[in-house]
Amino acid sequence: MSGGVDSATAAARAVDAGHEVTGVHLALSSNPQSFRTGARGCCTIEDARDARRAADVIGIPFYVWDMAERFARDVVDDFVAEYAAGRTPNPCLRCNEKIKFEAVLALGFDAVCTGHYARIEDGALQRAADPGKDQSYVLAVLNADQIAHAMFPLGDTPKSLVREEARSRGLLVADKPDSHDVCFIADGDTKGFLERRLGAEPGAIVDADGAVLGTHDGTYGFTIGQRKGLRLDRPSPDGRPRYVLSIEPVANTVTVGPADALGVREITAIRPVWTGIAPPAAPVDCSVQLRAHGEVHPCTAQASGDELHIYLGDEARGVAAGQAAVLYDGDKVLGSATISAAS
Amino acid sequence: MTTSPVVYLDHAATTPMLPEAIAAMTDELAQLGNPSSLHSAGRRARRVVEESREQLAEVFGARASEVIFTSGGTEADNLAVKGLFWARRAADERRRRILTTAVEHHAVFDSVRWLCDSQGAQANWLAVDPSGLVCADVLRAALADDPAAAAVVSIMWANNEVGAVQPVAALAAVAHEFGVPFHTDAVQAAAQLPVSFAESAADAMTVTAHKLGGPVGVGALLLSKSISPVPVLHGGGQERDIRSGTLDTPAIRAFAVAAVASAERRSLDTKRITELRDDLIRQVLHAVPDAELNGPPPGPSRLPGNAHFSFPGCEGDALLLLLDAKGIACSTGSACTAGVAEPSHVLLAMGADESRARGSLRFSLGHTTTQADVDALGAVIGEAVARARRAAAR
Repeated sequence: MSGGVDSATAAARAVDAGHEVTGVHLALSSNPQSFRTGARGCCTIEDARDARRAADVIGIPFYVWDMAERFARDVVDDFVAEYAAGRTPNPCLRCNEKIKFEAVLALGFDAVCTGHYARIEDGALQRAADPGKDQSYVLAVLNADQIAHAMFPLGDTPKSLVREEARSRGLLVADKPDSHDVCFIADGDTKGFLERRLGAEPGAIVDADGAVLGTHDGTYGFTIGQRKGLRLDRPSPDGRPRYVLSIEPVANTVTVGPADALGVREITAIRPVWTGIAPPAAPVDCSVQLRAHGEVHPCTAQASGDELHIYLGDEARGVAAGQAAVLYDGDKVLGSATISAAS
Repeated sequence: MTTSPVVYLDHAATTPMLPEAIAAMTDELAQLGNPSSLHSAGRRARRVVEESREQLAEVFGARASEVIFTSGGTEADNLAVKGLFWARRAADERRRRILTTAVEHHAVFDSVRWLCDSQGAQANWLAVDPSGLVCADVLRAALADDPAAAAVVSIMWANNEVGAVQPVAALAAVAHEFGVPFHTDAVQAAAQLPVSFAESAADAMTVTAHKLGGPVGVGALLLSKSISPVPVLHGGGQERDIRSGTLDTPAIRAFAVAAVASAERRSLDTKRITELRDDLIRQVLHAVPDAELNGPPPGPSRLPGNAHFSFPGCEGDALLLLLDAKGIACSTGSACTAGVAEPSHVLLAMGADESRARGSLRFSLGHTTTQADVDALGAVIGEAVARARRAAAR
């Protein structure tokens, strides 16, 4: 229970469904701030109190679980290391994989119930009924065992109705704003956060021919497809905007170019997790989503050992290594893997 | 729905109020009068406060005039540590050192840290042995090194986590060899042991009501008339101008009634609680052979109602949750921020590593504890530890 409206309502629904429910708030920061700043952060002391009060209203026991050390190691350090390696990680995925669905199961609880917007049908993860809130993408890293022990009671309900329901249940968090952005970067300044962790490492911004167009303070400040904040010395010859095409941390360069150079047709991803189907021997026709809330592309996916090759039916732009490629058959999640290369 | 704890093994956190204290407090809540008022209603309330003060003084081996009422143990500790530091430094500005231990309750520990951070104090954190005890020679050596700079010594009578009972009289005597005032936090000791302010020779001693069967929200600093701390609270000048604020007559009445009643039943209670505690230790070690008892061995150096264990390979808060689900209330014995347990500074000071500190639980027994409570814990602790170990290994 994060202290937000979704997990509180999910807990209440689990109680209604006849389950014996225990509320757990995961404290993920070893030095929690007292109060929330805007829509960012989650584990402030105020959030812990909100969760506790929701548990009181629902009538369930409640505990604060200190996961700060594990979170720092498995999520925050990993986040920093991924950026340092020129990739663009999604820490929410990592947290779901390593923290949320691992922490409490082993205590003998039968399932982890969360306020995520997703559905489980016949043991397979499905998109939520509310497409605007669907979180199946960030849950697709869960393995079959984790999904078998997960419950998402909100998956069939639009968010607006969840707020209404929370209000009618007397939950004080009914109108609390949604959380956005990276929870452990309270001021929202990812670049500043990485700079403090990694230090400045000035290098060159070049075009495809290797001509130096500007300088940067560290390759970790960039994401594939990024257009803003490049601070280039001179406009492109044709006057059209330029985008980050590739990040090479070893050479410490960022390569920029025109939008049409961003397009990719083939993606290689690693460490696949199959949950909707058995690991397929033959190529599978399906669709793929390449970032949270990103568009869906038709594709053919072929598993080979610990790699997954994805051939897109149309062109995708701004595909960043480190993000998850999640395969869907309609609304059903087939599996996911971490993008390692795109061309 | 939440299970209410049927097996309460957290008396060191707070213990059920004694029926006679509830009755006295309830009666007094219906009465009118500010003890500082001059009219008859005020005089009636004042009489209740003064009779209570005399009873408390007798129980704690002090003079009535040495009892300064406060809102509880934390306030009394703050008043003693900060007030005596400020007063001693005002008299001689070389006096900046505070001699204390690293196993104090946060009310002393954090007061000292605050004085260091913002008031120019310097702390001497006296070393404790692996069972949590400090020895008089350690204090003597620390004081002998620049005695003129010593402002105050503060060492708890009995430790709230591991139950270590310090040699308070010997420590106070050492402080006096150097002419330095000695404060002791006797919150836990006063609940379970006969404590005499006069015999301890301490200059200041903290006691509180809710650990011995009285209400939460009232305590006292016993304060020798020879020293005068700088007040923390200023106002109407109550309590010798040392602690301003309207006296809480019902709570003070109930404090005195509880202290008298708990002193009267002490010898019986202590014997019974000690036997139950020893059986609890036996049962836990039987169910979990590699559990380690923290603190001094059972005997005069350990509070009778205290049992504190480390369970290797467990997270204490996981274990607490599992026991709570079985209706057993205990404690990880450490301070909380937003309910997040930090590894106990007490265990770390005793030389435990962080994982041992995190994997520990305190069971504390009191006047309502029964053999059935101990047996209930003995029946479930083995399985709970096994589960918590599986969780930690994941």
